[in-house]
Parts: sequence; structure tokens; C-alpha cells
Amino acid sequence: MLSAQNLELTFNPGTPIETQALRGMSLDIPAGQFVTVIGSNGAGKSTFLNAISGEQTVDAGSILIDGEDVTRQPVWDRAHKVARVFQDPMAGTCENLTIEENMSLALGRGQFRSLRLAVREEMRVLFRERLAMLGLGLERRLTDRIGLLSGGQRQAVSLLMASLRPSRILLLDEHTAALDPRTAKFVLDLTERIVAEHGLTTMMVTHSMRQALDVGDRTVMLHQGRVVLDVSGDVRRGLDVPDLLTMFERVRGEELADDSLLLS
Amino acid sequence: MSVYSLWGSLEIGLIFGLVALGVLISFRVLNFPDLTVDGSFPLGGAAAAILIHHGYDPFVATGIGTLAAGFAGVITGWLNVRLKIMDLLASILMMIALYSINLRVMDAPNVPLITESTVFTVLQPAGLHDYVARPLILLVLVVVVKLVLDWFFATQVGLAMRSTGSNPRMARSQGIRTGNMVLLGMGISNALCGLAGALFAQSQGGADISMGIGTIVIGLAAVIIGESILPSRRLAITTLAVVIGAVLYRFFVALALNADFVGLKAQDLNLVTAVLVTVALVIPLIKQRLRRKRVE
Repeated sequence: MLSAQNLELTFNPGTPIETQALRGMSLDIPAGQFVTVIGSNGAGKSTFLNAISGEQTVDAGSILIDGEDVTRQPVWDRAHKVARVFQDPMAGTCENLTIEENMSLALGRGQFRSLRLAVREEMRVLFRERLAMLGLGLERRLTDRIGLLSGGQRQAVSLLMASLRPSRILLLDEHTAALDPRTAKFVLDLTERIVAEHGLTTMMVTHSMRQALDVGDRTVMLHQGRVVLDVSGDVRRGLDVPDLLTMFERVRGEELADDSLLLS
Repeated sequence: MSVYSLWGSLEIGLIFGLVALGVLISFRVLNFPDLTVDGSFPLGGAAAAILIHHGYDPFVATGIGTLAAGFAGVITGWLNVRLKIMDLLASILMMIALYSINLRVMDAPNVPLITESTVFTVLQPAGLHDYVARPLILLVLVVVVKLVLDWFFATQVGLAMRSTGSNPRMARSQGIRTGNMVLLGMGISNALCGLAGALFAQSQGGADISMGIGTIVIGLAAVIIGESILPSRRLAITTLAVVIGAVLYRFFVALALNADFVGLKAQDLNLVTAVLVTVALVIPLIKQRLRRKRVE
């Protein structure tokens, strides 16, 4: 499970382009929960994910994964706890390596890497079995370069890769945003299947309000670097996209009111 | 072109095959433009030559030259990874630093090896001319190095190194310490160049402070020529291709310098190199144009 407390992060402090990306962001996610995260551009969604994965180090606050303080750990030291799928299908895989080599890298996530052969026959059996689950025929293309696959296929393989090794939290950063609607739906269905199958604790950032309400158990809205809405259970089930939009507007309206106060 | 100079180009071509394998690791696998080579190649030569000159076993001397050059590569990597100096600049700094270090190592601008025993004189089979034996010994060595590299890049560590060069962000998220991978790769790359320098000094009768000038260009030329004649996505093929590229390069140079009607002299070597690299770089473009014309 994940516990983030009072995260603060400022980009380019002391310069004209200073940006406060996280301002007291706090969020607790119990084991096995699937949280969807929404918010406008610059709300701090990606920064929050980067802080959890370790790509960004926060200025203040603490991040606990499974009770262990990882706030100061670099990405590679948390890799055995954190699995991740990026927005850009090119970002999550190595284009000039084969499908099986990419999967072998993911199978070794956070593990000691030795001078044993990276791709062995028993792994191929596992890879074929998992790839067959996609129904894309990729189980017959293990030695194809992954760069030959379409964006949707690569994103599907990225998801499989994220689930090859157990993790404490799975981070999905708008991983369907770069795909066409049909492929996006396929990848989203696959996401739900994999999360359910492995009982993964998951945080999914999305741009789609529909997705945010339909997928997972809990929806969190970020604004200006902190959580402004957190719904789950019956309340969430009763919500529809217009309700969410209204809440979104209200949050932004308050911000406008603040500004008018300042200006008057 | 005499038989003697044919064997000679094969010999030097194979030595530069080792440089090409090193350059392949830095430029292609790690995506690290590394000019340290111009300093690590003569460092290997200088260290080996001075040790042999002082009576050390030529194999020990060659080994120490190789390690010293590998260490130089690790420092270049360290300048980049830990001190955040831009890769190309880090390697240039190391290259000029090595110029002074090499002078210190040799304590003179050159160290001749005329009567001393070298790895080649020790290994030379009876009944073979030395100009035939040296390329054959080198051929065996280069094939072994190529196969060891192929094996290494198929291991978990080797794959981690390839992912570091290909997509460092992804590599880190898989738990790979990309910085260490750069250090290791730069070490192996420059160790190969140092080994080449040590063998070059022993085959050419000594080490010289200027022996490293243009090494990186020759290494790159070999990689580019190899990749254009034997294009492949498989690393095991590419390691073969760059060695062939290095040998071919030496043959082209020998041809150009030996063809009297062209009127080129030995001092035109670097110009010939530059022209050859340019041609090799342009070949894919010409191929593409021709293909497009054919389609039309």
C-alpha cells in the first residue's frame, strides 16, 4: 500500500518560471485498491506519479510504500515495488530490442542481474503464455523487434511487462491517451483484467472523466498540486460526468474568487 | 599491391577491428559519443611498450595496457555520470589529459620495440613468416573477442547495458542502475581500444605519442562501413560487420596509397580516411535515392 504525506515540489525555484507542482499533496491507498486520478493540465498528476516512482525527488513530505520510507530512494532502488506504464508507447519499451528481450528486462525488474543468459527457454514459455492472453498473435513474434509493433500493441506488451513481476503499486500515466479509441478501449479492458487477476494496487491517471468514474474503486481529483476531491463507494457510484464537471468548475471557480479578492 | 602489403593491411585491419568493437559499444550500444579512444589506444600501446622495454612478459604488459585504457574509459564515464559533464566534452577532456599521461608513461615521445620479444614473437608458429603469422594470431583473437562480446550482450547484464543506451528511462524503471552500466560499458569499450593499441605497438615496432591521432575516426569508419555492407538489427551480426568494416577500410587505404596513378602519398592517410568515411556515410542515402527512382 501507498502513503504519500504533504508532498511539496517546486520546479525552477527562484526563477521567473518557478512552478509549484506539488503543494501539500497527501494520498493514502490501501492494498488492492484501484484509484483513478483526474485533473487539468498542470494539476500535478504526472509529477505525483514521478514522485512515487522516484524520477522526481520531492522537496518535502514523505512517501511510504508498504510501510517502507522510499522518499529519498532513487528509481532503481524502488523498482521492485513500483511497476509503471508510460503515456508514450515508445517510452515503456526498448525499440531496438526484441519482444522477448524487453520482457526479460521486465521479468528482472528490481532483481539482481547476473551473467546468466537473459532469455532462456523456460522464460519463452512464460512469455508466450502471457502474450497469448492478448489475442494479438504476438506469441509467435518473440524475436521481432518491439519497434515493429503498433503503439497499441506496444502499450499492451508494456502492461504485460508491468505485471510479470509482483509489485506493491502499479502506476499508469494516461497510458491510453496516445491510442485511437478502439485500441484505447482494448488496452483499458486489458488493464482491468490484469489488475483484477493479480489484485494489483493501482493508480491510473486519465484525461477522460468517463474512464475516471467507470474504472476502478475510487476517484481522486487533483488541482494545483493537491487533492481537491476524493470519492469512492456509493457516493462515487451515484456520480455522473456532469457532476464531476460541476465539481471541477467549482474548484476552479474558487480559485477565480481568490484571484478577484487579490485584485480588489 | 604486393602480397606483403596485403597481409600487412589484414594485420592492421584486424587490430582496428578491436577498436571498431570498442567504438560499437560506446557509440551504438551506449549511445555515448566517446573520443577517449584517441587517448586510450596510445595509452594501451605506451603502457605495453614501456613494460616490455623494461623486461616484463609481453602478455602481462598487454594485459596492463588493456586495463589502464579500460580505467581511462571508466573515468570518462564517471565525469559524465557523476559530475554531469556532457558526454562528448567529458571524453574530449579525458583525451587531452591522456596525451600528457601517455608522455609520462613512456617518459619520451616514443618507445621502440625492435629486439624485444612481443606476444607475436612468442606465439609465432615455426615455419610461418612473421608477416603471415601476425594476422593469423590476430584473427583468432578478434574472433574470440567477438564471440565473448556476443555472449555478454545476451546475458542479463549485457541486456541491461543495451537498454541503458536504448531507453535509459525505461531501464531505470526496471531497476537498472544506468550510471553503473555506462561506467562498465565505457570501461569495456576503452579496454578493447587499449588492447588494440598494445598489439599495434608490438606489431609496428614500438609506441609513439602520435599513434592515437585519428583512431576514433578509423573506428567509426569501420563501424559505418560495416553497418552499410552488412546491415542488421542483430548485434551478433553487427559485431562481425564492424570487424569486416575495419579490415576493408585498411584494404581501401592500402589500395589508394599504393595505386601510383592516383599519386597519393603516406601523408595523405587522414585525408583518405575522411573521404572514405564520407563515402560510407553517403552510400545509404544514394541507395535510398536509387530505390525511389526505381519505384517511380
